[in-house]
Amino acid sequence: MDQARNFTKGFIRENPVFALMLGLCPALGTTTSAYNGMGMGLATMFVVIMSNIVVSLIKNFVPNKVRIPSYIVIIASFVTIVDLGMAGYLPALHEQLGLFIPLIVVNCFVLGRAEAFASKNTLGSSIIDGAGMGLGFTLALTMLGASREILGSYALFGVQFIQEDGMLVFILAPGAFIALGYLIAMTNKLNK
Amino acid sequence: MEYIVIVLSAILVNNIVLAQFLGLCPFFGVSNKISTAAGMGGAVLFVMTVAAIVTYLISHYILVPLDLIYLRTVTYILVISSLVQMVEIILKKVSPPLYQALGIFLPLMTTNCAILGVAILVIQQEHTLMSGVVFAIAHSIGFTLALVLLSGMREQLDLLNVPKSMKGNPIILVAAGLLAMAFMGFAGIV
Repeated sequence: MDQARNFTKGFIRENPVFALMLGLCPALGTTTSAYNGMGMGLATMFVVIMSNIVVSLIKNFVPNKVRIPSYIVIIASFVTIVDLGMAGYLPALHEQLGLFIPLIVVNCFVLGRAEAFASKNTLGSSIIDGAGMGLGFTLALTMLGASREILGSYALFGVQFIQEDGMLVFILAPGAFIALGYLIAMTNKLNK
Repeated sequence: MEYIVIVLSAILVNNIVLAQFLGLCPFFGVSNKISTAAGMGGAVLFVMTVAAIVTYLISHYILVPLDLIYLRTVTYILVISSLVQMVEIILKKVSPPLYQALGIFLPLMTTNCAILGVAILVIQQEHTLMSGVVFAIAHSIGFTLALVLLSGMREQLDLLNVPKSMKGNPIILVAAGLLAMAFMGFAGIV
């Protein structure tokens, strides 16, 4: 029961984007379509699970004073793995996400999980926490990407359902802020 | 001329916050008062410029000659976080008033993706050292401009009667969206 709660808390109640407003830069910058949003979410999920594993394994050996720099180096190593792996296997998506892949390093949500959860809990629950929060982040980015794609180009996952030009503003920068604003308002309403 | 194009495009056309979505955490986090927004802007100007210079030198004189480009992300983030720490220590000794003014904002700088983002962009767009510095300064001015404008809007928003579920973050995001829309009007001037 406890582990199940631990897993699902990231979906809505503590959703990194909608509830905590963390990791906003990739959430707005990469969600021009549902596919891009999902790709970014999955890349971040991989980093957060792996860094949670390593941080929870080494938590007893790292002196308290240098813990933040060492977490950052751990996260940066996994980000480099994602960056190189994606450039090799998914070059088109890598091109689309561009700068935001190396910037997973400074995603406050990844460092936040390492510091707030993995450094205090066992390996098992850290993995579950990373997977749950990572899924919540992926869910948020996919939803944001889907709503921007539906409104902006009348399509979902690249399949167009109305053969017309959409409301372009939702693909451009202002639409990202406005769509996220309304999605957060909706989660606020649901949480009450 | 080349520098004027860099400056105009960085501040108005490709504003780092409103068009490139970098540095959103401080953009929403410290924009509740104009004075704190300006303080944050000053801190960003300082750290971003120094970070761009240092990472440029490291990239050109260490990483590229030794063929270690894949270590870019790891080195840059380490350099930036130690730089932030160093700036904090130096400022504390040399200029206590400035340290007092920037105090809380300096540690936050490590996780400001605008700093790392600009450092990477300087290398990706193949700037020289001089144009890289201009690029970093212009981007931090653009950051400060967006931050101060949003904090001005937020001070007005506090006085309005907003629907219950739009209160707080949602209405701020929509306001930022309108600000971004206004900045889109600058597209095409350079």
